[in-house]
Amino acid sequence: MKNENISYMDSVHRAGRIWGIVVGIVLLLFPAVLSLIFQTAPNLEVLWKGVLATAPMYWAVGIVEIFTYVPMLGAGGTYLSFVTGNISNLKLPCAIDAMERAGVKASDEEGEVISTIAIAVSSIVTTLIIVIGVICLVPLTSVLESPVLVPAFDMILPALFGGLAVVFISKNAKLAIAPIILMLALFIFVPALNASTVGIMVPVGVLFTVGVARLLYKKGVL
Amino acid sequence: MSFNVNHPILFIIVGAIIALVLAQSVFFLVRAVRRAHELGISKSTVKKTISSSAIFTIAPAVSILVGVLALSKSLGVALPWLRLSVIGSITYETVAAGNALEAAGMSAGATITEPSIFITIAWVMTVGIAAGLVFVPFVTKKLQSGLSKIGMKDKKWGEIFNNAMFLGMISAFLGYVFCDVGLVFKGDTSGLIPVCVMAVSAVVMAVCGLVATKAKIRWLTDYALPMSLVIGMASAIPLTALLGA
Repeated sequence: MKNENISYMDSVHRAGRIWGIVVGIVLLLFPAVLSLIFQTAPNLEVLWKGVLATAPMYWAVGIVEIFTYVPMLGAGGTYLSFVTGNISNLKLPCAIDAMERAGVKASDEEGEVISTIAIAVSSIVTTLIIVIGVICLVPLTSVLESPVLVPAFDMILPALFGGLAVVFISKNAKLAIAPIILMLALFIFVPALNASTVGIMVPVGVLFTVGVARLLYKKGVL
Repeated sequence: MSFNVNHPILFIIVGAIIALVLAQSVFFLVRAVRRAHELGISKSTVKKTISSSAIFTIAPAVSILVGVLALSKSLGVALPWLRLSVIGSITYETVAAGNALEAAGMSAGATITEPSIFITIAWVMTVGIAAGLVFVPFVTKKLQSGLSKIGMKDKKWGEIFNNAMFLGMISAFLGYVFCDVGLVFKGDTSGLIPVCVMAVSAVVMAVCGLVATKAKIRWLTDYALPMSLVIGMASAIPLTALLGA
């Protein structure tokens, strides 16, 4: 940036918007371009049914996710993560871990920079690994889908959050008790809560914990 | 043009879009590294952030690749390749593709031969998760400037607020790990697998932390999270054999 009147944060927002809009348009155009190439329109009835079964829940979750993840990811991290996806199972843990080790906070510019670096690297590595995987598809299929390895990939979330939980619970033990009890009770006793609905519970957990934190802070416990 | 799910033109288009997304990451990476230098963040911190983020990403990325393979049976390789390289996540893409296949009256696993069905599924997968894509460019700045005001007013609360958010997210996933433990009372111990895997991962993390501080092995903290992740995942193999899938 030659223009010194523009702060780093402003330039991140400007670049993020431009990239976001460009990539967004390209992604939305992709199915339309397929229609042109293969000279076929989508089947509207199937499209309507499929969208109706998918969009209401994921749009609701998506909108809530923006409000929950922006403060944790920082601006640059947000612009990248919402394009490259896999936020809760990859980008966010990666960014949290990086900020924790560098001793910076997401709300500061140092945290913003470290989070952006972690998420950008994670996105690049993910993309490259998938590219390699697609190229070596045939030999890899038999290895990755071998019955021996299936349980390992099924258990990626517990393996990921076990390690992360240790760091944050040991650092904030007093604050951790209430949300953990609440979430354990909810997930154990409400059958509708499972792998596909955990996304909805993230904002619930975040709001609840912030509320508890405020209360404890006001009372001078934290 | 005659259609098949692995038509070369699909790979060309998907490859171009993925190159664009890759360029965005490189762009932000270069700018952030430059800014880190200006802010006086040490070179070694930046290097460590890069190397440990890269190593941490490997196992989750391979699991995403497994998702591509799973979806490729009915959708070919190109479409899942695109979908899992952008937005969404394995859970979403699988659900969206499943919903679309069901709406088309097709069973999962059967390869699509009809171009209109393939295009319809591409639409459903794209539109179903587009909320972030549509809103993020317009709301992020406002949201962030509002938040930074909270942090400026009361520094201590700003820090607690941050930790509370992380903890809230982590507690939701901890709850999820326990979602099937109730099955034990029905004689099905498989619900304990995620709990045990989480425990293994937590123990590895804790041991890494202790050893790193006691023996002053700095590099260990940089790779503690990927280590706990991979060892946790590996433990799922014997645990699943023991407790049943």
